[in-house]
Amino acid sequence: MHELAITENIIKICSEEAAKNKALKVKKIKILVGELTGLIPETIQYYFDIASEGTKVEGAMLNIIKVPLKIFCNGCKNTSVVKIGAFTCPICNGSDIKILGGNEFLIESMEVD
Amino acid sequence: MDIKVVRQILEWNEDCHKELQKELNEKKVLMVNVMGSPGAGKTTFITNVINNLKSEFKIGVIEGDIAGKIDAEKIAAMGIPVVQLNTEGACHIEAMSIKNILPEFDLDNLDIIFIENIGNLVCPAEFDIGEDIKIVILSIPEGDDKVEKYPLMFMKSSALVLSKYDIKDYFKFDENRVKNNALKLNKDIKIFPVNSASGYGVEEFIKWFRNYIKR
Repeated sequence: MHELAITENIIKICSEEAAKNKALKVKKIKILVGELTGLIPETIQYYFDIASEGTKVEGAMLNIIKVPLKIFCNGCKNTSVVKIGAFTCPICNGSDIKILGGNEFLIESMEVD
Repeated sequence: MDIKVVRQILEWNEDCHKELQKELNEKKVLMVNVMGSPGAGKTTFITNVINNLKSEFKIGVIEGDIAGKIDAEKIAAMGIPVVQLNTEGACHIEAMSIKNILPEFDLDNLDIIFIENIGNLVCPAEFDIGEDIKIVILSIPEGDDKVEKYPLMFMKSSALVLSKYDIKDYFKFDENRVKNNALKLNKDIKIFPVNSASGYGVEEFIKWFRNYIKR
């Protein structure tokens, strides 16, 4: 729902990084989005194309990787990938779990010229 | 050429959140972020808690709404300093908005600030706004499946208030389903069944809440 505000910040961070690395053009931006964040990758790219016009990152392709929800079971000590809503260990059915991944929201890397 | 970036996209919000926390700590003001769906009973709950604490503590309120000032007027009618924050369409409050609004309050003369966030179970959970604790209000009519559907909100909250608790039986609300799922996501979450209209359960909540007050 709040993808525009977020997209503006992606542009800001990537422009800063591009300047820092003296890049002429940013070709690709790799972003990790955890499933728990509820953000829609398609919407981010759509806003990005409009909001990045005239900036250093104009025309860059966003490579948005959805990070699945990953849990660690304190009972059987196994790590599993589960669907949202199923907060139970799929191996032992235990419910004493710790969330390891799925709420990421970061820019991981950029491909530049 | 590939360059490593690894920067949190919400870093601007995170920095501002920490700055606010520091300032409020110095002033010994407890800030509470109250979240929940539209109609969950956030305002009624806050009002009830204020009525229970206002003789002992100095309290202020930030009322977040997309538009209008209905809730702010209710709080102002109680003689409590209140600032209306209209997000004009935005689905959540950000730390920067709180930073801009804070000068409206006399922090040397306040013990507690309640922020009533925008009615929404999704977006507000993603933004820390300078608060010490987050409280989520889930009302019985919303259904007992909400923890599974909106996990982040319940992961991040210190307390879950089950509001409109008196009508639980009419809605065949499975309280254990909510409790079990909430505790799975967040083993430290405290759960309080409350009926704000009659005051049922509020005392129990306040007993817990007092631990966070800084003076």
